[in-house]
Amino acid sequence: MTHAPAFALSPGGHAPEPHVPVFTGDTRKELDELLTRYPTKMAALLPALWIVQESRGWVSEGSMAEVADLLELTPAYVKGVVTFYYMYHQHPVGKYFIQVCTTSPCGICGAEDVVKSLLKHTTCGELGATSPDGKFTVIEVECLGACGFATPIMVNSEFIESVTADNVPQILERFQ
Amino acid sequence: MGFPHKPHERETVVLSQHFGNAEARSLDGWKKVGGYKALEKALGMQPAEIVEVVKASGLRGRGGAGFPTGMKWSFMKPGDGKPHYLCCNADESEPGTFKDREIMRWTPHALVEACAIGAYAIGAETAYIYIRGEFTEPLAEMNRAVKEAYAAGIIGKNAMGMGKRVDVHVHKGAGAYICGEETALMNSLEGRRGNPRIKPPFPAVSGLFGKPTTINNVETLVAVNHILLRGADWYKGMSLSNPKSTGTKLFSVCGNIARPGNYEVQMGFPFKDFLYDVCGGPLQGRQFKAVIPGGVSVPIQNMEEAEATLMDYEGFVERGSMLGSGGVIVIDDQQNMVKVIARIARFFAHESCAQCTQCREGTAWATRILERIAEGHGATEDLDTLLDISEDMTGKTICVLSDSCATPIVSGIKKFREEFEVLIKQRRFHPVTAAVA
Repeated sequence: MTHAPAFALSPGGHAPEPHVPVFTGDTRKELDELLTRYPTKMAALLPALWIVQESRGWVSEGSMAEVADLLELTPAYVKGVVTFYYMYHQHPVGKYFIQVCTTSPCGICGAEDVVKSLLKHTTCGELGATSPDGKFTVIEVECLGACGFATPIMVNSEFIESVTADNVPQILERFQ
Repeated sequence: MGFPHKPHERETVVLSQHFGNAEARSLDGWKKVGGYKALEKALGMQPAEIVEVVKASGLRGRGGAGFPTGMKWSFMKPGDGKPHYLCCNADESEPGTFKDREIMRWTPHALVEACAIGAYAIGAETAYIYIRGEFTEPLAEMNRAVKEAYAAGIIGKNAMGMGKRVDVHVHKGAGAYICGEETALMNSLEGRRGNPRIKPPFPAVSGLFGKPTTINNVETLVAVNHILLRGADWYKGMSLSNPKSTGTKLFSVCGNIARPGNYEVQMGFPFKDFLYDVCGGPLQGRQFKAVIPGGVSVPIQNMEEAEATLMDYEGFVERGSMLGSGGVIVIDDQQNMVKVIARIARFFAHESCAQCTQCREGTAWATRILERIAEGHGATEDLDTLLDISEDMTGKTICVLSDSCATPIVSGIKKFREEFEVLIKQRRFHPVTAAVA
């Protein structure tokens, strides 16, 4: 019996697909411009990974290898960096990726109820899971830095303040 | 001003003057309200003169440590033949703090100007503004402002047409609290994992890319604009109590309070008046129980301490806490302190970079115990264990994240011990019963 080697599978368990290069045309130009800002190529790593995530929605192992090649790093090094930072997705997520702040200041203002309400109305059911229709993924996040506007949530890159358990359905209407 | 509220009459608006004014976001609007005058003045001065003015103003770091800014700048030796760097720490991620966010959202050009001044004063040609990845709106504003400033020749090869090179770049973080620690931020900027570095060498000797570097908080840098234009004496004169704490300070207020938001007051303002008058006091029918005055890393104050505090670096220390980053978290009588502290500990356990054993293990272990107590399964010896772990987490690691986790635990047990004991005494033995309840 043969097994596919473990490294060929992405952490989400998706079958490996041939990698289509991210850095072509405009994205390549963007990277080249970024490289002029720093004295080392390595310093462009975080911005390069952002470009990957913005164009593909997540950072696959193939993308990591591509970035490594462009910045003269090893794929293992790049993976080490990707796994350190919470904002890079290592597997595909829902069309709308919702992050709810539940850290102490929001926690004492009802963030837990917002989480429950979101899980219910997105039909995700549990944190980290993607809804059956593939639209939503809800996760808890540590401090979004908008504590005075509890509870803040982020839907992809859109910041929404003062969310309560009650106004969740109204907010979700916009994301269909 | 108390954004999103109208300024309160007892506030002193300097840095927050233009919060809420959408016009001041653009270059033209910013120039209309006197923008880039400070940079023009700075580029006409010698770098050492600027450092002297900042020293004389008594300005201290607003990121949390309160180190004198002028002294920090004087560690840099312009003209030593090496490239120098300025880093602006805009990784504001201390829970309870959201002042830099408003500075960047509403007055992005103030920060571009401040970075250019700071870079010039320390002999650097490049300044990096490291902004946390979650701050999408501040990132967009800062990117736009930097672009505008380049296009107008305010920064770049020939800044303001005065023959000095000043580059300002925005760098986006990717979600890690620890990158607000200065050396972790530098590692992150270099494209590494955000692990703090062992000090010494300090950044002024070997910082970003191994070169002499100064790192300042957003609020600190922006204050320099005003100091240069209005003079060190004006800034010093705003101190209401201790002359070692000068100028104004932005306080972010959140939690169980009538009017959360950002408020700017003079150093030494009475904390009691601040909480009950400026921020509108407790929510209807409730009472304040505790305050964490400087972000979750500082000791918790009970109301007796808080109400006797004068809001400056020394004032908070005298009353059992610290000014920290100025993130005031107000907790009222509806909250259970054990639950609040358990959630704080969980935050640190999540954000530990895991380099040091005391931090990696300690934060997680303390969280497990605290959550167990909060859920009603605590044991009598748990409090001693927590204090013991906390002691081992203090002063033994590369950075202070571990200490920051221990601080609310120790101060919480000391000041609100009865809440822990009540939960432990009511211990529910059967987990199923606990789940039903």
